[in-house]
Amino acid sequence: MNQTYGIVAVSAAVLVTLVIGSVGLRVSRTTSDFYVASRTVPPYLNAMAVSGEYLSAASFLGIAGLVAAEGVEMLWFPVGYAAGYLVLLAFVAAPLRRSGAYTLPDFADSRLGSTAARRVAGVLVVGVGWLYLLPQLQGAGLTLGLVTGAPHWLGGVLVAVVVTLAVAAGGMRGITFVQAFQYCLKLTALLVPAVFLLLAWHGDPRPARAMEEPPTFRRHTQVTVDSTVRLRIEAPLRAVASGAVDGRAYHGGPLVLDPGVHEIRAGTTLRFPPGTPVPERAPGDGRPGGAAGWAAPLSGGEEEHPLYATYGLICATFLGTMGLPHVLVRFYTNPDGRAARRTTVIVLALVGGFYLLPPLYGLLGRLYAPDLLLTGDTDAAVLVLPERLLGGTAGDLLGALIAAGACAAFLSTASGLTLSVAGVLSQDVLPALGVRRFRLATLPAVAVPGTVSVAAGQLPVASAVGLAFAVAASAFCPLLVLGIWWRGLTPPGAIAGLLAGGGGALTAVTLTIAGPPAGGWARSLLAWPAVWSVPLGFLTMILVSLATRHRVPPGTEAAMARLHLPERPAGRDLPSTRRGVTTP
Amino acid sequence: MNGLALLAAGAPLLFAAGLAIGRLPARRAARDGTDPGTPVERATFRTLHTASVAAPPLRAGLTPDAARKAVRGLRPLFGTAALGLTAEDRLLAWEGPGRHHAEAALERVRQVLDTGRAQTFAVACADPDCPVRWGAAAPLTVDRRVPGALVVLGAGEPGSGARATEEVARWVSVQLELADLDRTRTGLIEAEVRALRAQISPHFVYNSLAAIASFVRTDPERARELLLEFADFARYSFRRHGAFTTLAEELRAVEQFLELVRARFGPRLEVTLRIAPEVLPVAVPFLCLQPLVENAVKHGLEESAGRGRITITARDEGATARIVVEDDGVGVEPDRLRRILRGEDGPTAGIGLRNVDERLRQVYGDEHGLVIETGVGAGTKVTLRVPKYRPGVHTAPPDTAPPDSEPPDTEVPGVTEPGDGGLRRLDR
Repeated sequence: MNQTYGIVAVSAAVLVTLVIGSVGLRVSRTTSDFYVASRTVPPYLNAMAVSGEYLSAASFLGIAGLVAAEGVEMLWFPVGYAAGYLVLLAFVAAPLRRSGAYTLPDFADSRLGSTAARRVAGVLVVGVGWLYLLPQLQGAGLTLGLVTGAPHWLGGVLVAVVVTLAVAAGGMRGITFVQAFQYCLKLTALLVPAVFLLLAWHGDPRPARAMEEPPTFRRHTQVTVDSTVRLRIEAPLRAVASGAVDGRAYHGGPLVLDPGVHEIRAGTTLRFPPGTPVPERAPGDGRPGGAAGWAAPLSGGEEEHPLYATYGLICATFLGTMGLPHVLVRFYTNPDGRAARRTTVIVLALVGGFYLLPPLYGLLGRLYAPDLLLTGDTDAAVLVLPERLLGGTAGDLLGALIAAGACAAFLSTASGLTLSVAGVLSQDVLPALGVRRFRLATLPAVAVPGTVSVAAGQLPVASAVGLAFAVAASAFCPLLVLGIWWRGLTPPGAIAGLLAGGGGALTAVTLTIAGPPAGGWARSLLAWPAVWSVPLGFLTMILVSLATRHRVPPGTEAAMARLHLPERPAGRDLPSTRRGVTTP
Repeated sequence: MNGLALLAAGAPLLFAAGLAIGRLPARRAARDGTDPGTPVERATFRTLHTASVAAPPLRAGLTPDAARKAVRGLRPLFGTAALGLTAEDRLLAWEGPGRHHAEAALERVRQVLDTGRAQTFAVACADPDCPVRWGAAAPLTVDRRVPGALVVLGAGEPGSGARATEEVARWVSVQLELADLDRTRTGLIEAEVRALRAQISPHFVYNSLAAIASFVRTDPERARELLLEFADFARYSFRRHGAFTTLAEELRAVEQFLELVRARFGPRLEVTLRIAPEVLPVAVPFLCLQPLVENAVKHGLEESAGRGRITITARDEGATARIVVEDDGVGVEPDRLRRILRGEDGPTAGIGLRNVDERLRQVYGDEHGLVIETGVGAGTKVTLRVPKYRPGVHTAPPDTAPPDSEPPDTEVPGVTEPGDGGLRRLDR
């Protein structure tokens, strides 16, 4: 990838974001006309902003990588990411807006009138935010590493520092125009190259061979392995190696690998002739991988219980969207419940449209960048494709555009998350910090996931986001759905449910990141906790609420009426009268 | 392996359960009062403790729920007796045996309510298992009224029972009086809030009407529009429901206000708005912006001859919205301003500023009061920071005022053009 173009594109994306955020907006919103000044954000613009904040590095890079590596099974990720808004639309959007709550702890407070419930919700919001920040920083490291050649951890740390400074200095506030611009940038950055890539693919003299087959190298390919990998080889394989393979040193000599499992040391370079089938990475414990059925459902990659994992993913993503702190705060911008609902519908369309693109990149990545399967850097598939498929200046330019889009993806999501986490930290978790506490709170908000991302190393970006969704679903789906639709919810019930569901999922996820058990059901249960933790959260909340029926908060009837009654009678839309004289 | 997963999931639950179980015995130990001491001391402690446990429910007043809890708490004071509380001659709660004597007891209660004196009476019962032998009824007196009575039915001889009944009734009366005080205090705070609601200033009414009058002959169309602005503004300021509104609504009121001011000053007044659309739905105290703008107009225009500029800015700051009203007028001496805000500078000076400041502090706490930067000749900059969410702060829906505060919109003869939907949809 041409580094100059890449660096210019990434810098341009950051600069344009900052410029729109500070100068441009001030000019465009300065007016002497009250009619102009008091126009609320229209749903389409708000929806673009929600989508801009929502589409993270996981959507932009991660999905394509997972699809390339593990097959069509991974299409559940984009489906789930988009379908979460459907659940949000049906059960939560309008009542949540009517509640007047700005954050999730605010909702717990307004519905239950309990400071303890507020605190617990706050702690869980911070947990979800940190989990979600983790893959953003990793995506940042990946992108910047590809663009500038810096080591992965440096990019993550750099973005963490930039976001901390920007948020603490007061920039990057949730400005609708900026976030809407981010959506447009992300969509363009995937859509335009996709058109060119499709044309190139179409014009390829050797069109795609059957998907079922293991992919093959299409030209002379040189692969350098960053970390030690074990390869499973089905048929004898010839290559030129320099480095250490199976403990023997090679210096540019020919290498023949027999069927079986072989170990390639870190730093080894392999050159493959065209037509060689891509050797498959063997999982650490030598279990057979599932890549043979790439195009078949439940191929599930390394999962031992693919059906369970699929349900875990569906549970987490469908129900988790409503618990994402940085998405919910944007709903406050809607003037009323009806606008909130409209916004959600448009978000569904915008996000759904966007998610058509990453699977395409995944497919092309498998065909044209198969060496990534070998090194395991499949998250980079989106970034390297233009160079591989088109080459030349066009490839470089399109690659730079994609890099800019990826940059927008992790910057917008990371800053939105940092804002939410820092806000909750300063308000609910560490209230003793004093007046300047928001700025102080920015530091732990980013430092914790930053440290973990450096320490945890390689975690597939999209799976890490799946973990964040699982915790959000287990903690906040029961709270929101029961809080909005059930009169019987009591503060002790809510707290118990949050602790059981959210706490359980959080524990499972932490264990998974720290180092999961070797295999079997325990590993699957911990890696995909939503299947058991969401029902656990609901059940605990309902049972404890029933047991503490006398603790139903006194204002429940009024609160429910506020949540469910429209703000104004039907057919009495406020006419936006424009009347009177404005400044001459 | 399964076990490990379960353990991981159950750990927080177990922890919470352990915490609860651990605290329970500690609390019980404290309640039983197992401290050493003479029997008399122990009896005193126990009595005081029983009384203090029964007190909180009664602070809610004489309601069935409160009575039930109080009676359950007080019954141990009387040993085996049954205990009842009445409001007037309705039985609110009954604890203990002998429920079938309730009617007879209520008959006595009526007499007690009439006379205001306690009574002791013997109870004869056909049921051999019924332990009840005597009864006592004592009035509850609150502020010289007798809202109810305490009834005790006991076994054996009346003895000290009658005396205890009177004493406990007196104690309950004190609690009820405290409840009355609580209610009065809440009412007082509400009245204070109502009194603090911004009032439309009489000067403004006079000036506006005078300015409108000057247009009646020269530009009747303008005069009509201004009158409608005035009507709208008056309706907004006089509305009685809801202490909060949205920033968008408040801006609309400011617009109407400024239109009327412009009728007086013409092009001398320049207004610049810089409003982040994200904060328009934020709930703000009703009429918290208009007095600040009125103040800016006063300092920026009325006290000088040149042009005046007012800038209104609203910015999103995460969980709060920052609203700034700025003028380039004559400014105020900081000392004088301090006196105004403390309310020491006469009853009329800067009443709007002080009013807004007090209401903000009352709703959001002292850290959310007005911040005013000013100096003589340096203009004035007033900043308020409004949290986006605060428990209990909800905007009242616009335009759904009760009928009595609705202006006679469509009933003004000769003003409504047929078919144009009333006054609200005007040209321009």
